[in-house]
Amino acid sequence: MSILLAMQGALSQGVLWGLMALGVYITYRILDIADLTVDGSFATGGAVCAVCVVNGVDPILALLLATIAGAVAGFVTGFLHTKCEIPAILAGILTQIGLYSINLRIMGRSNTPLLKSDTLFKNISEMTGLSSTWTALIIGIIVSIVIVAILYWYFGTEIGSAIRATGNNEQMVRALGVNTSVTKILGLMIGNALISLSGALVTQSQGYADIKMGIGAIVIGLASIVIGEVIFGQKGNFAFRLTSIIVGSIIYRIIVAIVLQMGMNTDDLKLLTAILVAIALSVPVLISKRNQVAMYKKLTGKEE
Amino acid sequence: MLKIRNVSKTFNPGTVNEKKALNNINLEVHDGDFITIIGGNGAGKSTLMNMIAGVYPIDCGYIYLADKNISLLKEHQRAQIIGRVFQDPMLGTASDMAIQENLAMANRRGMKRGLRWGITKEEKEFFYKTLQRLGLGLEDRMTVKVGLLSGGQRQALTLLMATLKKPKLLLLDEHTAALDPRTAHKVLKITEEIVDEQKLTALMVTHNMQDAINIGNRLIMMHEGRVIYDVKGEEKKRLKVEDLLKKFEEASGDVFANDRMMLG
Repeated sequence: MSILLAMQGALSQGVLWGLMALGVYITYRILDIADLTVDGSFATGGAVCAVCVVNGVDPILALLLATIAGAVAGFVTGFLHTKCEIPAILAGILTQIGLYSINLRIMGRSNTPLLKSDTLFKNISEMTGLSSTWTALIIGIIVSIVIVAILYWYFGTEIGSAIRATGNNEQMVRALGVNTSVTKILGLMIGNALISLSGALVTQSQGYADIKMGIGAIVIGLASIVIGEVIFGQKGNFAFRLTSIIVGSIIYRIIVAIVLQMGMNTDDLKLLTAILVAIALSVPVLISKRNQVAMYKKLTGKEE
Repeated sequence: MLKIRNVSKTFNPGTVNEKKALNNINLEVHDGDFITIIGGNGAGKSTLMNMIAGVYPIDCGYIYLADKNISLLKEHQRAQIIGRVFQDPMLGTASDMAIQENLAMANRRGMKRGLRWGITKEEKEFFYKTLQRLGLGLEDRMTVKVGLLSGGQRQALTLLMATLKKPKLLLLDEHTAALDPRTAHKVLKITEEIVDEQKLTALMVTHNMQDAINIGNRLIMMHEGRVIYDVKGEEKKRLKVEDLLKKFEEASGDVFANDRMMLG
């Protein structure tokens, strides 16, 4: 019974954190930038949302404000990277560290509980009579569908195509008259907006925001991406690839739920995630090397 | 059309690696000129192209294009009116995107890119017809990713993209140097056709002296960041490779010992 409950929890968690993985996908895969703002902007989303909700702001408006806060964080990283020419990884780290203090300032303390406040999840749970995990799952799925649809449309537009091309071949994009600083900043803003939205949804669903909630988010995002890609491949249209990342995020949560059920210490989770990502990233390389050697041996035959 | 006035560029100034790439260069290009540029390695040919395109800032001087001072404009701003093809076939196209997506992006050169759909139905038909004229069979593979094309096909596509919206100036930086001779010949022919048809103003860097003589209406030779020889019209047509080699020796006081140019 407890494993079933854990699975339900994994499903809803996976969908809500899946939006964060989509944000990481936009910067890591589409823009080809390893953006480390994530850990900060996820918590920023949570912090902004929590403070808004505690102060009586409508929970949906709070999500929107959190999303905008994430976009601003992305803008800062993008500005540091493009206009000040700071390497992308360093620019992301700078924003991330800066956000730690800003998040504390926003909340005024390291943890903001939402016990007495209305959240989207509580409201819908009361309205429909469903359990909190089911509510979280349903809200998560609806938001995910809307976000995937918006991303599918946006990256098909003129400016969206230019952003995709920037991650592919920056020099060509400039030679076609596009300012790549703008496309990079836009991509980072969209990515971090999604990450913050995810942080805000997680905050409302778990009933509190915590200054440490974003730690390791980048690795969880990468884990979701590589799990999704390993299972569904990198083929298929854009909407399919985005969906496969959310599914990847769900599978990640299921793996976590299973190992916790098996008695693993929660403190070891981050190490497990790191190892998982390292394995998922290195396995394709090792397999292709092995295949290369196998083909050589097969085609060349025995040494004379 | 294009006026270059007293432009200089020094790389790594004040270090042991100091290199004067352009030395107070002056050049006037007229409307409809198709100029071939030759010169040894390090003569400043590519630097000249990059300075016109705005890849690096110039140290001093002026560059006017279509009566507009573009000396301080950024690369992407100049790209509104300049089309470019690079030496490396990988640089001119986005390999993870479809042929038609690449063309659609080129078709929006100089336009504001907003939230309209990235490619329209009319465009697809237009691209089909345009690709057909290349004669490479690309029109039936419009949704194929560019990464799957050969270097020659990619260069032809880049050329098409650079000229899809008629540019005020076309810059060709050794755009056939990475191709095998047969493919290089084909891409050159396509180049001539497009330039002729659209009556483009173009600069083409090449290491092949025969091509430099045969193609275009004007030829310039560069050495140590300066233009040392400038010839056009009938005089250019009568040139022979030996004349160019002699000219180079005269001007530079140096025996021309560049294998690549000799072989050309």
